[in-house]
Amino acid sequence: MSTPILEVIEVYKYFKNVKAVDGISFSVNPGEFIALLGPNGAGKTTTVEMIEGIQKQNKGTINISGLNWAANESKLHQIISLSLQETRFIDKLTVNETVQLFASFYKLPRTRVDEVIEIVALQEKKKSYVENLSGGQRQKLALAIALLNKAPLLLLDEPTTGLDPTARREIWNILMSLKKSLNTSIILTTHYMEEAEYLCDRIIIMDKGKILAQGTLEELLSANNSKEIIEFATIDNISEQFFCGDGIYKLIWDENAFTGKLIVKSIIEQLPIFLQKIKENGIKLTKLECRKLTLDDLFISMTGKHLGD
Amino acid sequence: MLNRSFLQLILVQIRDFYREPAVLFWAFLFPILMAWGLGIAFNKKPEVTKTIALVINEKESTLDFEKLFKNTQYDKKLDSLNDTYYYNITYGNENLGLTHFRLKPVSWQQAELLVKRGSASLILATNEGKLEYHFDKFSAEAQLAYLQLTSLFNGENLYEQQAVIKPMTEKGTRYIDFLIPGLIAMNVMMSTMWGISYTLIEARSKKLLRRMVATPMPRWEYILSHIVTRIVLCFAEASIIFAFAYYYFDIKIEGSIFAFIILFISGIIGFSGLAVLIASRTAKTQIGNGLINLIIMPMMLLSGIYFSYHNFPDTVIPFIQALPLTMLADGIKAIFNESAGFAEVWKYIVILNAFGLITFVIGLKYYKWY
Repeated sequence: MSTPILEVIEVYKYFKNVKAVDGISFSVNPGEFIALLGPNGAGKTTTVEMIEGIQKQNKGTINISGLNWAANESKLHQIISLSLQETRFIDKLTVNETVQLFASFYKLPRTRVDEVIEIVALQEKKKSYVENLSGGQRQKLALAIALLNKAPLLLLDEPTTGLDPTARREIWNILMSLKKSLNTSIILTTHYMEEAEYLCDRIIIMDKGKILAQGTLEELLSANNSKEIIEFATIDNISEQFFCGDGIYKLIWDENAFTGKLIVKSIIEQLPIFLQKIKENGIKLTKLECRKLTLDDLFISMTGKHLGD
Repeated sequence: MLNRSFLQLILVQIRDFYREPAVLFWAFLFPILMAWGLGIAFNKKPEVTKTIALVINEKESTLDFEKLFKNTQYDKKLDSLNDTYYYNITYGNENLGLTHFRLKPVSWQQAELLVKRGSASLILATNEGKLEYHFDKFSAEAQLAYLQLTSLFNGENLYEQQAVIKPMTEKGTRYIDFLIPGLIAMNVMMSTMWGISYTLIEARSKKLLRRMVATPMPRWEYILSHIVTRIVLCFAEASIIFAFAYYYFDIKIEGSIFAFIILFISGIIGFSGLAVLIASRTAKTQIGNGLINLIIMPMMLLSGIYFSYHNFPDTVIPFIQALPLTMLADGIKAIFNESAGFAEVWKYIVILNAFGLITFVIGLKYYKWY
């Protein structure tokens, strides 16, 4: 395996009494596409900002191509490129002028400006003022600027948050084609499960400043691949004792909504037993659904809450 | 040699400037309107009309009052608007300037109301065959009206006076000659403080800066580009004010134009440093707003822009003279009206540049980029 482009080793970051990042370690290999997945406040942005050099960790080491921020600022500005969670540009500049400005910082020729605008498909908006762009177009512009200097490490902080499904899909398509054409490592933070699943080679699940799990989607799910889910809703409260027994891992019961998730070894074996118990106890079901475990279920079983929360 | 990114940064600001029509109004049209308005208000006033509230004692009639100024020429005129009458008395002559007094008979309550609202500065009342003057002893305008009226009632005739009055109309002695250089100086302050400080704070609060500092852009280049842009814009603004004053009020630069240009740039540099310092750590535009006002308001009032600071007590004048706006305004006035050159204004040039450089360096050192 090649040397990693990014190494994060035992990094801590505190804000007053809050442990924003609480001892995380991970590495990124060249060309790898990584998702930092977690709910709001998980510490994703703080992690990314420490990698960007905007914030300094209290403890731990961050190496980018073997360099750290303390001594290599100008070099690292060439290695890293990024799009912020919400990048603002000057309202009264056109798309072309904005990209032009950033290109001048990297001393890039004008042809590169046209190239990146084409990659993000903003050719038709070239002469529009930034203030007249939609949310999706702004993110595309931010992406175009992030692509300018062909940096080996690209950090994208929630590039699709707040976008409608069509705009999100467009950004995904751009990122997918980039993944194929470039040998760039990308770290993308998101709280959208589908985004991580669709785009990324590897997923790092974060919550409350810690890494809960990391690996490819298959790895994450295969650790739990013998698990399946029976999801149901009733009109009455039920006792959790009903659902003990062989082949049942866990019941996640919401006593306010009367909904439950039964994590089982095999639906085929457990469903008849489940239905039998329901019948014996005279419980009325309003919903019944059987499926494979997803990343969201995994997240809920690890943290007790949804990603979007 | 100017590099491309520096040129781009300047271009960005100039575009940002001219693409906002409201900014164009405030930067160019507003100073002209102000110069025009103030110039007209204080310059072309050979004749003024002053209202005097006249309260006639209940026991007396208007005839009794008319007897009191039998020595004075007056007209009794009907105010067709509200069917009341007033006495019109005129003081002065062509050389002194003319003041028309309108003595309006009103009740005591109405008279007080006229004073409170500022439409009259003096109440004239009759009391058992005598005249009473009611006015604020701190009001120069009321004092003047009092003196003029007593002189009229005593029957003094200005035409018979021995003294000769010669109106001064030479260039450099008019109010407008005092005003225009001050307005040019003030415009430098306003344009620089708002144009640099506010823009920098806004860029930070909108997180415009955060993305830029994540590139190899040299940080000093970003701030310096604001100052260079401001020099260009200030020249454009001052040229327009000057051109207007030149054609409309016949204002001329009597002294060294070269010294004026150097002093003008020094003023921009001085205020730019201060603007960078103010913007260096201010996180919100609202706070920036307050800070900028805190700095410019006292200077606007103290530095002798609209009226001379020599009316302030002697003890505070040295402090007023040490303000950057006072230095710039005094320097420009000296060049415009007193034929001054480098010999007279070099001190201002040195101090303004040093002030700008020091504040700029401190500001840059503590600058918060995100």
